[in-house]
Amino acid sequence: MRVTFTANGRPVEADDVWEGESLLHVLRERVGLPGSKNACEQGECGSCTVYLDGVPVCACLVAAGQVQDREVRTVEGLGTEDGGLGPVQQAFLDAGAVQCGFCTPGLLVQTDALLARDPQPSDADIREALSGNLCRCTGYEKIMDAVRLASARACAGRAVTE
Amino acid sequence: MNARTPRERRTPRAQRTVQGQKNLQAIRQSNRHGVGGSPLRPDGVLKVRGEFAYSSDLWHEDMLWGTALRSPHPRANILSVDVSGALAVPGVFAVLTHEDIPGSKYYGLDVPDQPALAIDKVRYQGEPVALVAADHPETARRAARRIEVEYEVLTPIVTEEQCLDPRTYGYVHEPHEYRSHAHGNICHEQRVVCGLGVTDEVRARADVVVRGTYEVGMQDQAFLGPESGLAVPAEDGGVDLYIATQWLHADRRQMAPVLGLPEEKVRLTLAGVGGAFGGREDLSMQIHACLLALRTGRPVKIVYSRDESFFGHVHRHPARMTYEHGATRDGRLVYADARIVLDGGAYASTSPAVVGNAASLGHGPYAIPNVRMHALALYSNNPSCGAMRGFGAVQAAFGYESQMDRLAAELGMDPVEFRRINAVRQGDRMPTGQEIDAPAPVAELLRRVKDMPLPPPLDPDDPDVRRLPGALSNTSHGEGIVRGVGYSVGIKNVGFSEGFDDYSTARVRLEVIGGEPVALVHTAMAEVGQGGVTVHAQIARTELGVEQVTIQPADTGIGSAGSTSASRQTYMTGGAVKLAAEAVRRALIERGRRRYGWTGQDLTLAGGKVVSAAAGPLVAVADLLGDDAIEVTREFRHRPTTPFDRETGQGVGHVQYSFCANRAVVDVDVELGLVKVVELSAVQDVGKALNPLAVVGQIQGGCTQALGLAVMEEIVLRDGKVRNASFTDYLIPTILDTPPIPVELLELPDPHAPYGLRGVGEAPTVSATPSIVAAIRAATGLALNRIPVRPEHLTTERPGGR
Repeated sequence: MRVTFTANGRPVEADDVWEGESLLHVLRERVGLPGSKNACEQGECGSCTVYLDGVPVCACLVAAGQVQDREVRTVEGLGTEDGGLGPVQQAFLDAGAVQCGFCTPGLLVQTDALLARDPQPSDADIREALSGNLCRCTGYEKIMDAVRLASARACAGRAVTE
Repeated sequence: MNARTPRERRTPRAQRTVQGQKNLQAIRQSNRHGVGGSPLRPDGVLKVRGEFAYSSDLWHEDMLWGTALRSPHPRANILSVDVSGALAVPGVFAVLTHEDIPGSKYYGLDVPDQPALAIDKVRYQGEPVALVAADHPETARRAARRIEVEYEVLTPIVTEEQCLDPRTYGYVHEPHEYRSHAHGNICHEQRVVCGLGVTDEVRARADVVVRGTYEVGMQDQAFLGPESGLAVPAEDGGVDLYIATQWLHADRRQMAPVLGLPEEKVRLTLAGVGGAFGGREDLSMQIHACLLALRTGRPVKIVYSRDESFFGHVHRHPARMTYEHGATRDGRLVYADARIVLDGGAYASTSPAVVGNAASLGHGPYAIPNVRMHALALYSNNPSCGAMRGFGAVQAAFGYESQMDRLAAELGMDPVEFRRINAVRQGDRMPTGQEIDAPAPVAELLRRVKDMPLPPPLDPDDPDVRRLPGALSNTSHGEGIVRGVGYSVGIKNVGFSEGFDDYSTARVRLEVIGGEPVALVHTAMAEVGQGGVTVHAQIARTELGVEQVTIQPADTGIGSAGSTSASRQTYMTGGAVKLAAEAVRRALIERGRRRYGWTGQDLTLAGGKVVSAAAGPLVAVADLLGDDAIEVTREFRHRPTTPFDRETGQGVGHVQYSFCANRAVVDVDVELGLVKVVELSAVQDVGKALNPLAVVGQIQGGCTQALGLAVMEEIVLRDGKVRNASFTDYLIPTILDTPPIPVELLELPDPHAPYGLRGVGEAPTVSATPSIVAAIRAATGLALNRIPVRPEHLTTERPGGR
């Protein structure tokens, strides 16, 4: 089948898609967006988290056909318009929250979604929001630091703007 | 700028010296991107953009997808294999069995006992039997299911008793198959005896004796990036493999004979690695992808599913251990006696080295006058076990640290004080006879971790259930929750031991690009997430005084870097980069001496200049180098070690020791058996933190894997079959399971190591598990002699039991 959808603001089209393919497979293997990761493909690890119409989902659990005419935003779409790093990306980098980096794309999308709905989450809120994203390298401490840093920077930025 | 600037000529000599030293100091301090700083990872931007190319992200025009058909049985004879059904599937390009292997059919890291594809029998569930290449991954998987294999299923040999009685239960490897089996199903064993050993006379000197039996379940590395890679057939008849691994050259050494190719025609390039933790030390899909690529003449990509990954790599050895310790009334250890039985599974992998560690480190970081250790690994029809972070020291630490707490309790002593009394110090001898000739601040680590502030007690008025055991399951509002605190300390060796010729190679090139000096660093080190590439750049900056460093991709185009394991890469490949950079620096300064006639012995490189400690900056590196480049390749070796005597264990077997101490604070719901680790503190001597941010990250990550082993992680087996090969059923800690992990670093330089550094990655994984179990014991009064501790242990075990 043919699947047409919007990925990071651009229209994309995938041909010869087998009906059993996931959104994750289509992103990674058919439309050149391998940033979302394939760690478990069972919805347990969160490495493939993407926005689907603005809602974070595990791309491995979404059938390719389900995204027809819908909007997908992946880690590749988290940067600034001028090609720079987005605030969550920069915070993960600065805080040392990236080791092997395989969990990072999913965590970035999930963190982006968290801070969009709650710009100043408590530690417990952060842990709850990211509990579906496994990381095997960091012990999560520097991921906590990264989320706090991104939150603090965003709030400081708003204070300056106001 | 050069040596004859007017300002310098006018300045009196004494003033120049002071000014020069200040300059140098200022330049060095400004160099936060050198050794001791925490610059950002060079691969970090790509990783947060989602543009870093992991081994599973690779794509090639015309590429095919490979998959393996694996045995559903842990032990069976293969009576026939019929691949015709698979070959008939449209889109299938090749189906291979062992009969299609052009070269040697066996491989192995230490021992070539493992067939690349099963030959006439299978020895573990998941053993690869046949391969398929097709134009779609699902086509390949479906075709694989159409291969007909007729098995004669045999009763698997899985328990210690069965393994040690081959006359009754049989051999995993028949005596004629692999080696002369004087030992039946024993893969390797090692004894260590020191002092008087353990005799009745020695036992009589102890006022208190404690005996215990301890079990450790099978842990999985559970790295997130699945085994994967892309093999591309080359015009010269060879193959190029892009692969996630821990050791490119060891992969090639094992692959080439099976592929029937000379090593130079098997070229490996490191692709992005999504974690390793020991699980990528053995081969997984490397040979398979290359066989398929060479057969089809097309690039072949293989990516394991998570389920397949559980069958596709070795695990941490499960262990059964009996420990006996004696101590005097005043708290001095008299003797330690232990038998550590490790289940090595179907193939040897690194079992011999794991046994060596268990035997030589199994007494712990304690000075004990009389020791008798016996460690062995068994062949069985369970999944193969090999390297995982901590490597034989993890299992033993659970045994000896459990014993330390029991001894302290018997003696009525504080468990930390009891450990401090018996802690090893620099100058002590290990039971192997090896002197500890570097700092061993075990007592200090314990003192510091005990002095760290405790988290506040559970607040009964805080309505947030997320802080409680059970958390959002809403199983308690504070009733039935008991807090416990536990301590532990551990010891791990750094680098390859027992006489192994352990070396690493680095090439450093200095040249001017765009008017600025740039260092290029080339090694074959596998960056698996640990941050070795960051450290290499820091070393080059510090040794060459440059800011710009380019890290070239790791490949087999340069000599071996050894494995990214045994906490060794910063020491070894870092050491090689340092050696090569120092040689480049010497060559550059020599060039300056010839050109400018410098005679001082105080010259170094800093801030892109040649700097004299007395006279300050002399000349810009860019000017001195011009259009030339200086390139040096060096091999670095650590001090040689010797094998352990098989019977006595005597030998200078280890390179360096690494120590970490932990304190765990837990809340236990004693009614439901649920555990919440509230805090897990760590204090570790790292010698010198080359990159403090990365070092702390290693310690926190290592502690978290130890937490997993303490209360969550186990590959559950029944009759040799894996029951939980998924992240749904094999539980690794989430961010909700993981507590704050405060870390304190001690930096006591090891005079034998580059920059005084100490390998850091594994020690916390060794030491942290027992502290958590000790804390649960403190909360519950239960013996808890098996890890991981499960809810049913907490709800069914009776207090005071052993």
